[in-house]
This record gives sequence, C-alpha cells and structure tokens, in this order.
Amino acid sequence: MKILLFLSDMIIPLIIFYIVGFGILAKTHVYDDFVSGAKDGLKTVVQILPTLVGLMVGVGILRASGFLDMLGGLVGKWTDYIGFPSQLVPLTIVRMFSASAASGLVLDIFKEFGTDSRIGLIASIMMSCTETIFYTMSVYFMAAKVKKTRYTLTGALLATMAGVVASVILAGMM
Amino acid sequence: MLNILWGAMIIIGITYGAITGRMGEVTEAALSSSKEAVSLCIAMAGIMALWVGLMEIGKKSGLIDLLTGKMRPFLHFLFPNIPQDHEAMEYISANMIANLLGLGWAATPFGLKAMEAMAKLNNHRETASREMCTFLIVNISSLQLIPVTIIAYRSQYGSVNPAAIVAPAIIATSISTLTGVVFSKIMGKGS
Repeated sequence: MKILLFLSDMIIPLIIFYIVGFGILAKTHVYDDFVSGAKDGLKTVVQILPTLVGLMVGVGILRASGFLDMLGGLVGKWTDYIGFPSQLVPLTIVRMFSASAASGLVLDIFKEFGTDSRIGLIASIMMSCTETIFYTMSVYFMAAKVKKTRYTLTGALLATMAGVVASVILAGMM
Repeated sequence: MLNILWGAMIIIGITYGAITGRMGEVTEAALSSSKEAVSLCIAMAGIMALWVGLMEIGKKSGLIDLLTGKMRPFLHFLFPNIPQDHEAMEYISANMIANLLGLGWAATPFGLKAMEAMAKLNNHRETASREMCTFLIVNISSLQLIPVTIIAYRSQYGSVNPAAIVAPAIIATSISTLTGVVFSKIMGKGS
C-alpha cells in the first residue's frame, strides 16, 4: 500500500527524467523540441475550450435540476431485483458525465457505508474500470472535428456495462 | 449525435428544474460551469504544453519510435488501417502507455493529438473513421491498471486494506476493455 503510493509519487519525475535524459544522450536539442511541442499542445487546448464550456454547462444544468438524482431513484427501484444495490445507481449515471462529481459521490458512499462494505467495494472497483463517457467523447471528437460518431457511444456504454457487472461479481467474491 | 445529446441535456435540465422549482440552482450551475470550464482549460493548457513538449523531445530522440515499435503488433491488430510509421501510431501508443500508468493528465493530450492525426488520415471527414471509434471505445473502457486515486481515498476513509481492490480492479478493467475491443472489431468488419 505504502509502496504503491510511493511509486505513484515517483512515476512522473522518473518519466520526465527518462525522456529528457534520453534526448540528451541522443544529442537532440531538448529545449527547442520541448518548446515547439508545447506550442502545439497549447493550440489543441484552445480548440477544445468551446466544447468544454458547452459540455460542462450542459452537465451542470442537468445535475442542478435534480434530474440525475430522480433518474437514479427511479432506476434504483428495479436494480435491487437483479442484485445491483440501488444506492449505486446515481453513481453509475453520474460517472458517465463527470469524474469530479463521481468522486464526490464515492466519498459520500465511503462515509455512509464504509470503504470495505459490499457497496464500498463495488464503488471502488467500478470507479477503477470506467471512464467519463460523454466528456471523453465530446472532447476527443471535437479535436478531430467529427460530427457523426457512429457506433462509439454504443460500444462505450457496452464496455462500461461490462465493467459494472464485473465489479458487482468481483466484489461479491472478496 | 452530440447535437441531440447536448440539446437534450439542456432542455431536460431546464424543464425538470422548472418543475421542481430549482431554477436558482440551475442558473447558478450554468454560470459557474462555464467559469469552471475555462479554469479547467487554463489548468489543462499548462499540462498539455508540458506533455506534448516532452513527447516532442521523445519523438526527436527516437524514444517514441522505440516504444511504438514494441507495441506494434498490438496496435496493428487494433488499428489495421493506420500506416505503421504514421504519427497517429506514436500518439496512440503514448496515450495508451499514459493510461496504463494512470497518468490521466498526460493521456488526454496524447489522445487529442492522436485524434487530430487520425482526422488527417480520415481526410477531415465529419464522420468518424473506424479507427477513431475503436480508439475512443478502448479509451473509455479504461486502461488504468492501478487505481491510485481510489486507493488514496480508501485509506483516507479508514479502509483496513485500501489496496485490496487492485486485483479485482485489474480484472474488471480487462473485462471492460476486452468487451470494447470485441465490439469494435465486430462493428468495424462491415464498414
């Protein structure tokens, strides 16, 4: 556990050290290359800013209206029958929209049910095997200026569902 | 697709907010979210510049070639239509390595550059290419092996064994990624 956190502190400095060290050994102009790459990176950020504003306003309005909570409550009434705790439904839905909001919900779950309860374990695993679908899709496709996303959403939802089902089963085995 | 999705989010949100009498919160959310998006972009600008800058060093020094070479069989299986030496391959491998290591902040810049590179290969069409769909589905299926943030939260909230979820998390991530890959392969066949 301590080793894991220690490693996660070490990893970024080590990667930077390795990349720059490799460049120096290969005798390239490390600083010039860095600056030209950095410029390129900034251009991409400027391009996705409008998408991000639009998306975050949309998600913000939807969350503030209480619609997601209502949806969670509604769906939650049925999920208990198939062995999925209704308390986790809001988290599952919010997770698809916003990583920070989902983290907030996970901490609430930890406080209320404990980290090592069945619900706490499912939430932990679920957070580890899913991503924010709508955020990733809109930002990435904006960078490519794509409007028709074809089967991406279906595939993303399917992969997420597989992860959620796996989380429930795995937590049950612990 | 995104037009419908975004439109629905706004219409449903405002309508539902009006019904439940939470218009004050909705107003607050709309204004603060737009501000939040800009501050997120400013934070991201620095990080993006840092990682794409480092990537450029790696590209010039041949480090990225080395890594891309090691991942080639796997990448070729996922993206058969991208030429082996195209820059898209470099960004895709950098994105996947960063994701595996759990460096979300580094993965996004590489992912965005990969999408730009794939857009070039797609002749900047408005319809996503098969490669883009696969790339996004695999990204969304989560590749991170060690969920460091969750482990930290768990220890903060008094878990007896915070890292107990590492093995199940790896299995669950593999299952979701595998599902994504199989789906992409099946859907990609017909197009």
